[in-house]
Amino acid sequence: MSKKSDLKFMSGNEACAEGALYAGLTFFAGYPITPSSEIAEYLSAQLPKRGGVFIQMEDEIASMGAVIGASLTGAKSMTATSGPGFSLKQEHIGFACIAEVPCVVVNVQRGGPSTGFPTGPSQSDVMQARWGTHGDHPVIAVSPTTVEECFTEVVRAFNLAEKYRNPVIFLMDEIIGHMREKVRIPEPGELEILSRPRPTVPPEKYKPYDESFGDIPPMAAYGEGYRFHVTGLNHDETGFPTNNGKIIQRTEERLLRKIEANKEDIIKVVDMYADDSPEVVVITFGATVRSARAAVRTLRDTGVKAALLALYTVWPFPETQVREVTEKAKLVVVPELNLGQLIYEVERCASADAKVVGVNKINTEPITPVEIINKVKEEL
Amino acid sequence: MRYEVRLSGEGGQGLILAGIILGEAASVYDNLHAVQTQSYGPEARGGASKSEVIISDEPIDYPKVQEADILLAFTQESFDKYSPDVKEGGLIIVDSDGVKRTSAQKNVQIISIPFLRTAAEEIGRAIVANMIALGTIAEALEGRVKPESIEKAILARVPKGTEDLNKRAFDRGRQLYKERKG
Repeated sequence: MSKKSDLKFMSGNEACAEGALYAGLTFFAGYPITPSSEIAEYLSAQLPKRGGVFIQMEDEIASMGAVIGASLTGAKSMTATSGPGFSLKQEHIGFACIAEVPCVVVNVQRGGPSTGFPTGPSQSDVMQARWGTHGDHPVIAVSPTTVEECFTEVVRAFNLAEKYRNPVIFLMDEIIGHMREKVRIPEPGELEILSRPRPTVPPEKYKPYDESFGDIPPMAAYGEGYRFHVTGLNHDETGFPTNNGKIIQRTEERLLRKIEANKEDIIKVVDMYADDSPEVVVITFGATVRSARAAVRTLRDTGVKAALLALYTVWPFPETQVREVTEKAKLVVVPELNLGQLIYEVERCASADAKVVGVNKINTEPITPVEIINKVKEEL
Repeated sequence: MRYEVRLSGEGGQGLILAGIILGEAASVYDNLHAVQTQSYGPEARGGASKSEVIISDEPIDYPKVQEADILLAFTQESFDKYSPDVKEGGLIIVDSDGVKRTSAQKNVQIISIPFLRTAAEEIGRAIVANMIALGTIAEALEGRVKPESIEKAILARVPKGTEDLNKRAFDRGRQLYKERKG
C-alpha cells in the first residue's frame, strides 16, 4: 500500500513536468502555448528550487536552440509546446538529429493547422512528429494514455533520448494534459534512469562522432575540458563539415540504424485480448486508447472477438506488432482525433486480409466508446 | 461501478476547485479511481463553466461524463444545457436563486438549495458557495466517497487561514441536504 504522501491528484501536464524532474531534467526553455503552458508554469516554479534552470525564450525557435545548447553542456533538457510551436521547432529538431543531441520535445497536441483551435483536443501531429523536419532522420515518439503515464513515459522518453543521443517527441494531447488523476510518485531509484554514454578517452584523443565505439558515440559535455565542433552540416568523426559522399552516406545510415536496429528496445505496445485470435482489432494511441479500451470490453460482452493494440511508442512505428495482432483479423479499426494519419501506417503493416477503417473526429470532442462500437457494427 | 458527477455554473463560482477536491478525496484519500476534467478556454472565464468528476472502483477508461448521476447547476443556462444528460433515476441539485425553471423530462429527483444566498448571508462570504455545494454532494454520494475524506481534501487545498470558513460552509451544505431529504 502506498503512503498518502506519494499519491498526488494532478494534471497530465503537471505529471509530465514532475516526471521530467524525476528523470533528471535540469534545463527547460520554452515559450508558453495552450494547451501545454502548465508544463512551463510548473517547471518555472520547481526548477530553480531543485537546482535547475528555467528560461522563457523569445519564441519557440530560440527555445529549441537553447535546449540543444544546454544538452551539449551535459544537462538533461526539455521544451514543451503545441502545434504551432512544434512547427517552429522543426528546423532545430533536425539539427538535434544530425548533431545527435539528446533532448525531449513535448507536444501537447491541439486542433487545426496554423493556430487552429487552441483549447480543443487533437492527435493530428502524428505525421509531423515523424516527418516534420526535412531530410532522412531518426525519430522516436512516445505517447501516454493516463496522467500517471505522463510521469512514467516521460521518464522513458528521457532514457531513450539519452541512450540513443536523439531527440524524443513526447506526444501528448489536450485531454490527457488537462485532466486530473491520481499519480503515485515513485521513490528515487525505483524507475531506471539512463544517461548518455560519456567519453572514456582524454580530451586530446576525443572525437565527437567516433564510430569505433559503435553506432552511438560517447558524448562529452562542453565545459569539462573537451573541445569539439558541432554543426548541422554533414560531418565526419571530428564534427567538422565534410563533402566526402562516402562518409555522408555512412553517417546518415548510422543515424537511422541507431533506431532501426534497436526497435525492440524502443517500441512499447500494450495489448488487450491480442492472444485470442481477434477478428476485430482496434489500434490507437494517447487519450483515444481509453475510449478504445471501453469499446473493446463492450464489444466482447456482446460476443465480438475484439482486441486492442495501444501504441506507447508511435515512432518508430510498431510494424511487427501490428502485423502479428492483425494476422487473423477481418477488421482493423483506427480511431484517431484527426482526419486519418496513423491509419496510413496501419494499412501498410496490417494483414492484407483485414479491412482497415478509421474513426475520425476533429469537432473538439473526444472520440467516444460508442462511436468506435458503432463503426465496428457497421463494418462487420 | 462508474459514478459521474457534473458541476456546472458560471466561471468564478469555484466549481472547478470543487471538482478537483472531490476527485482528490475519492482517489488520494479513499483510494478509489477518479478523473477530473473541466471546460477549458474562453468559456472558463465569465460564461458557462463546468467541472466533471468520474469516480469508480476500477480504472476509468472514457474520462468524460456520458450520463451524469449527479448534476449540480448554479445557473439556469447550465440547468437547461445539462439536465437532459442526467441518468434515469439521477439527481439534480440546483441553486434556488440561479435556477428558477426546473422541468425535467426524465425520472430524476431535483433538490433546490440557496447555495449562493446561504454563503453570502449565513456564512458571510459568497465565495464559499462551492463548499456548501460540496457538502451537499458529499451527502448525496451516500458513502461512495467519505464526507470526512472530502473535508480533509478541502482543508489541504484551501488557502491558509480560510480553513474554518470553508469547513463551516461544507458542514452547512451537508446539513442542508439532510434537511431537504427529511
